Amino acid sequence: MKDAKVIELEEVAIRFSGDSGDGMQLTGTLFSDATALIGNDISTFPDYPSEIRAPQGTVGGVSGFQVQFGQKQITTPGDYAHVLVAMNPAAIKANARFMNPGGTIIYDSDSFTEKNLNKAGFQTSDPFAECNLEDFRKIAVPVTNLTRESLKDFGLDNKSVLRSKNMFTLGLVCWMFNRPLDYIEEFIRSKFAKKPVVVDSNIKVLHDGYNYGMNLQHMTPTYIVHSADIEKGIYRNINGNHATAWGFIAAAEKAGLELFLGSYPITPATDILAALSERKDLGVKTFQAEDEIAGITSAIGAAFAGDLAVTTTSGPGLALKSEAIGLAVMAELPLVIVNVQRGGPSTGLPTKTEQSDLLQALYGRNGESPVVVLTASTPSDCFFYAYIAAKIALERMVPVILLTDGFLGNGSEPWRIPDMAELPNITPRIAKDAASFKAYQRDEKLLAREWAFPGMPGFEHRIGGLEKNISGTVSHDPENHHKNTEFREEKVQRTVDLVPDIELCGDEDGDVLVVGWGGTYGHLISAIRELRKEGKNVSLAHFNYIKPLPKNTAEVFKKFKKIIVCELNLGQFANYLRDRVPGIEYHQLNKLKGLPFTVNEIKEGVNKLLEE
Amino acid sequence: MTEQKYTIKDFKSENEVRWCPGCGDYAIMNAVQRTMAGMGIPKEKFAVISGIGCSSRFPYYMSTYGFHTIHGRATAVASGVKMANPTLSVWVMTGDGDAMAIGGNHFIHTIRRNIDINIVLFNNRVYGLTKGQYSPTSDRGFKSKTSPFGTIEDPFEPGQLVIGARGTFYARSIDSNLKLSESVMQAAAEHKGTSMVEVLQNCVIYNSGVHRDLTDPDHRADRQLILEHGKPMLFGAENEKGIVMEKGRLKVVKIGENGITLDDILVHDAREVDPSLHLSLINMSLPEFPVAFGVIRSVDAPVYDVEMTEQIKSVQQTRKITCMDELMKSGNTWEVTGNGNGKPKDCPQKELK
Repeated sequence: MKDAKVIELEEVAIRFSGDSGDGMQLTGTLFSDATALIGNDISTFPDYPSEIRAPQGTVGGVSGFQVQFGQKQITTPGDYAHVLVAMNPAAIKANARFMNPGGTIIYDSDSFTEKNLNKAGFQTSDPFAECNLEDFRKIAVPVTNLTRESLKDFGLDNKSVLRSKNMFTLGLVCWMFNRPLDYIEEFIRSKFAKKPVVVDSNIKVLHDGYNYGMNLQHMTPTYIVHSADIEKGIYRNINGNHATAWGFIAAAEKAGLELFLGSYPITPATDILAALSERKDLGVKTFQAEDEIAGITSAIGAAFAGDLAVTTTSGPGLALKSEAIGLAVMAELPLVIVNVQRGGPSTGLPTKTEQSDLLQALYGRNGESPVVVLTASTPSDCFFYAYIAAKIALERMVPVILLTDGFLGNGSEPWRIPDMAELPNITPRIAKDAASFKAYQRDEKLLAREWAFPGMPGFEHRIGGLEKNISGTVSHDPENHHKNTEFREEKVQRTVDLVPDIELCGDEDGDVLVVGWGGTYGHLISAIRELRKEGKNVSLAHFNYIKPLPKNTAEVFKKFKKIIVCELNLGQFANYLRDRVPGIEYHQLNKLKGLPFTVNEIKEGVNKLLEE
Repeated sequence: MTEQKYTIKDFKSENEVRWCPGCGDYAIMNAVQRTMAGMGIPKEKFAVISGIGCSSRFPYYMSTYGFHTIHGRATAVASGVKMANPTLSVWVMTGDGDAMAIGGNHFIHTIRRNIDINIVLFNNRVYGLTKGQYSPTSDRGFKSKTSPFGTIEDPFEPGQLVIGARGTFYARSIDSNLKLSESVMQAAAEHKGTSMVEVLQNCVIYNSGVHRDLTDPDHRADRQLILEHGKPMLFGAENEKGIVMEKGRLKVVKIGENGITLDDILVHDAREVDPSLHLSLINMSLPEFPVAFGVIRSVDAPVYDVEMTEQIKSVQQTRKITCMDELMKSGNTWEVTGNGNGKPKDCPQKELK
């Protein structure tokens, strides 16, 4: 028997793939957590269908989970996978295009029956040839039979046995990548604490998978990926939706307020509602409303009554909330609206990512209805931008829309845990002097009004959706409306003093400036690094603050020969920049496939522009 | 705590009231203000929330905290207010368009949750603010600007919706009876859970006289049955008529006729959990029956905001995590010590000025 082939890599991407009932999301998550725990930097990307259980064995029902990890900074889950774990033929068909040339495919050979090949739409009995995967390393593992064999003494029914198949593959992959099993075992023990049979059977299968890899060293290569050299500190793995939820709890604690979330379940934003619902221990109030409108209007009520109020949704929900956002603009209440963007319009691609709600966030309401618009750029910095969104709302009495997306919300990465003490202060504009209080009296500099809420004696006042004068009385005076419309816009613009200048990744001038915003950051920065390594004179300006834009935006743009705006829509940010930072030619790179950019796509786009 | 002493004047705002002269809303506001003044609650603890419509201008005429929101959403906004601060006395002022049409969903779900707010529904069976279109409570055949040949749809009976949504409190009053309005408002204020008070209200401009059959002094006593908990269901000028149950159906009888005595008359039990009889009372309509007024249903059930507060309290009693620093460091974490040359992840603009 030959020794195991050892492949040493700086980074590896693995894609776990199977039927949506095969437990691939759990397998991927457990592998990722175990990987992060031994010190690799990671980035993950779940890619699943919107049907909970699409017809078994079909391409439409394939659920995937990709993780990239390495010894350096990892900013994307990887364009292409080095290793594909395929539980059935449909997984091969769905994922062939995501494979790195010469990669390894591990597949459950028991599931490659004629019936399953038909279901997946293969015409011949050689799915690999059909998908042009001939020169890949293919490792056939009879996972189903081995799992059955492994569990034969447990007396389990067939369904329960098959449910453990994913643990066999997980064990095998852990051996290939030299991951210890203790974290996964611990997870299984605590998750199924009340079902000892499930604990024992899963751990048995996991070990048998691991041992199978070890015993068949001649077949399976092993990979070594050293731990990453990252900033000192205490880390945890976190996805964007969880980070968003926690950012709000942190903001409420810092501001000394109670946190209220009014929300209605919608993919891919629901996990924020779920994560906050867990936190009764920290006094978080969550309200699963009857619809999107009640989600935001209950939050507006909570803001009126003195809570840090938040509502969370995705594209179609933002549309439903638009009238109520206008109310928050008019009433000048602190409110944060999170939109975890997905493919649109209408129901669109609920489980896929896109950045096509930017203009909706900026303008999608009746009347002149300005709000602050922020975006997060990585899963873990959703925490920071949720925190900042709350800070701006509370300190400036203004609604803030935070745009994340499905890629950020579901994707995860290691996060260096901050201390509460490092986070900036939050000072809500709570009114102090009842004698001089007027509902719409503005601070001269900030143009923000003060916040007084029911329960505060002497501050009783009325607000509402009708235009008001300073004291809060309804006013149809033409001059008053004109002035207030300008005030509301200018108030948003003046939050720019809380916005840091845009910082470039790369030189301050050059041939091409790549401009991006939001969740494309990881892929853009990876592309920029590679391009610069190749000697290209290219920099990146990535925006987290959309409205208002950082003060130095025009100045930064003018130092580059060409600018290309890369976004997952038809050019919404580019159009916004044409309006706000005019006199510059903006080239565009756009993609609307429900998927993130690949690093290669960005490089190609930039190289084309360099050659022009 | 010292008992607050207020009069009705303490609840009137400086704003000029701009309802049409003769509008039924004046009387309803009067009843609400009297009720609030008598509740012994500090004024700053009241929050009056409304949607859109004539009645929804209400908060501007009050000197309490008030929020005039958007069409149909007042109950949802009010729910948020109550959850943010459960010690407040929260009132929703709404109309038949606001609550029954555009806000129907929020209306039924608020009632289902039994959150402790008081809803006052001004029912004039017409859209007044948009100048006279039929509403979801307009009678079939009602002629209006948008139904010039008469409507071809049946109206909602608000009380039926309350029962259908498992409501715990429903009362009906009429603008012309200030005393009755005040007494049901008071009962609504005292009730723990969502209280729904429907006030039949006259729109002098677009639907004047819609309730005339009920208010006509010559027939009023025969057409209005004012229910009181624990009292027999009697009506008529001399209280000579009553309601009995016969073969599972309500029936109007005259005491002294066909051997009927006072003992045969149904006694009103607003606290009966089974809503069947309450629903029958709500459904009574002219000309066969008088229309029922007063507190028709008032039963105890778990209250949403109380449950919410209790749940948080009970979780906190055994909590392991008491602050954000502890939460962030809980669960699976690991320490990176490195050799000192580790760099932060590239993430520009993280510094806040």
